[in-house]
Amino acid sequence: MRAILQLAHWIDALNERVGRSVSWLVLVTVVLSAGNAVSRKGFNLSSNALLEIQWYLFAAVFLLCAGYTLKRNEHVRVDVVSGRLSQRAHAWIDIIGGMLFLLPMCLVVIYFSWPYFVNSFVSQEWSSNPQGLIVWPAKALIPAGFVLLLLQGIAETIKRIGFLRGVEALGTPSPESTAQGMLLTAPCTKPAPGALHDEKNA
Amino acid sequence: MSLDLMPPLMFAVLTFLLLFGYPVAFALAANGLLFGVIGIQMGLLTADLLNALPQRIFGIMQNETLLAIPFFTFMGLIMERSGMAEELLDIIGQLFGPLRGGLAYAVIFVGALLAATTGVVAASVISMGLISLPIMLRYGYDRRIASGVIAASGTLAQIIPPSLVLIVLADQLGRSVGDMYTGALVPGLILTSLYVAYVLVMSMLYPHALPALPLAARTLRGTALLRKALVSLIPPLVLIFLVLGTIFLGIATPTEGGAMGAVGALLLALINKQLNLEVLKQAMQATAKLSSFVLFILIGSTIFSLVFRSVNGDLWVENLLTSLPGGQLGFLIVVNLLMFVLAFFLDFFELAFILVPLLAPVADKLGIDLIWFGVLLAVNMQTSFMHPPFGFALFYLRSVAPKEDYNDKITGKRIGKITTSHIYWGALPFIAVQLIMVAIIIVFPGVVSVEKHKKFEDAPLRIEVPIPEEESSSAPQFHLEGVAPPQ
Repeated sequence: MRAILQLAHWIDALNERVGRSVSWLVLVTVVLSAGNAVSRKGFNLSSNALLEIQWYLFAAVFLLCAGYTLKRNEHVRVDVVSGRLSQRAHAWIDIIGGMLFLLPMCLVVIYFSWPYFVNSFVSQEWSSNPQGLIVWPAKALIPAGFVLLLLQGIAETIKRIGFLRGVEALGTPSPESTAQGMLLTAPCTKPAPGALHDEKNA
Repeated sequence: MSLDLMPPLMFAVLTFLLLFGYPVAFALAANGLLFGVIGIQMGLLTADLLNALPQRIFGIMQNETLLAIPFFTFMGLIMERSGMAEELLDIIGQLFGPLRGGLAYAVIFVGALLAATTGVVAASVISMGLISLPIMLRYGYDRRIASGVIAASGTLAQIIPPSLVLIVLADQLGRSVGDMYTGALVPGLILTSLYVAYVLVMSMLYPHALPALPLAARTLRGTALLRKALVSLIPPLVLIFLVLGTIFLGIATPTEGGAMGAVGALLLALINKQLNLEVLKQAMQATAKLSSFVLFILIGSTIFSLVFRSVNGDLWVENLLTSLPGGQLGFLIVVNLLMFVLAFFLDFFELAFILVPLLAPVADKLGIDLIWFGVLLAVNMQTSFMHPPFGFALFYLRSVAPKEDYNDKITGKRIGKITTSHIYWGALPFIAVQLIMVAIIIVFPGVVSVEKHKKFEDAPLRIEVPIPEEESSSAPQFHLEGVAPPQ
């Protein structure tokens, strides 16, 4: 169990690092998009490459951060029923959901998106827009994001099993985070679920 | 099992999976895959079906309208830290203070003003809860009215453009965001007036529940106050110009407007010396996480609807809804009731991504204008932010409202805490106001201005070829009567 938990913590650290790094792209995209609007009107400059890079970057943000978001338990849930259950029941929900919902979904998407990316890579596919970008990096984001999500799904499952066996501590989910994670940085907010445990592993 | 049984069964299983409590995005996807596999095993579907999956996900990645989600979220987060709302609430509160119910009017006014700068709810609810609520309590406002007016004014961000709700609805309905904004403008203002009217009526019926500020509480008076008020209005007006003005002037797309607003908010926070690396990092990380969970709900619902449509689920929904008695009106009543009830359990993004794509073709077939329909849904869904017990405007207010009795710093009086039931009861009259607004839109459809011929101009139909915005006027006119909007 200890070795497997170690693996889970290693995945935690990986996704934490990926998430924190990739989130900088939010700022880059904001500045780029505002700059695009200004330069198009102000200087009559516009480039398809710069328009396309916007969605490349945003796709990188939401795909590569999927595992990080799962780690922080911020994928939104319907907790009408489960909100009343014990922490052990929550652990079971996450184990069953992880194995039966998340795992198959990731595997199916990875299985189908890998050739989708490879075809684009091998044929050196370029965007159909004039001066557009090469397409394969965008397509590579799909399997990459789902692999990170798959890994985190495995890590979460391991940690829940560890919790049920009494060898792993878990944070308690706060209602704010499951309602809508819109403003988790607000001054009032409680630490994110799992935060206690994260600090020592991050 | 025949094909006819699949759609209702899929829906039933989906309900069960959602209630199970695992993240919605993955429950949706699992439901789609489960039935995909069943369908393939039974020979109802072919294995090719799932080949379309990467293309669908790639389509979501290329959707530029959805870029507005991180932009407006990021802007809202930065704006909340910029100190703008605090400044406004303080000064507008002083301006309206002498009136009975004045602080409540100030909250509504500032709520509407903030709503016109940003597209997310929480920013204003938290600021108003921190700034206005203590003042209201200090001078003896009724707790329920005070908390109700704050939560409700915060949700105005969802209906007054720019709004994330309107952007996502426009995308799911296959209409342009700009037209959605134009359509929502008047209903948003009417709704704001209805809130004001409610406060007015309450202040006449119960003068002691909404007292005027005593003279001692007004530190500023006369021209000094007026000058300060005008100065405090400059930052929000500049932001409104950046996010809305640039769209209506044709300088920026709605998505770029969000980015301009975010840059504006960053500059504002910088000028007010509120911006540091920690704030920036938190805002970026929160934005990344929100984008991820929202977009994954969309990916999940895409997997669901890929299978759902292949077993003719869309036809099943259509038959179900077009066979309702009462034609258009019957459909609208059922849809509104459905949304209102589901909003107790699901949040806005789930409703928009799962249900709206199923309802839109039916509405279109019944001859309902989709911009009008979208505004109607937006007003209805606004209640989902105020519903006890899961409305998240209430959550945010709860998190900043005093949980214990405390001594007021200025008067030294003992002030009672705000209980959760104060917040719930306070929200109810505003939910009623909201439903009145839904009725107004149905009875007087003219309040939503719809420009017929502009409808498809920059609708997000550019799946493969993103056209730079200057060319959008020469973009081909799509005619999609009776055809499902793109996913």
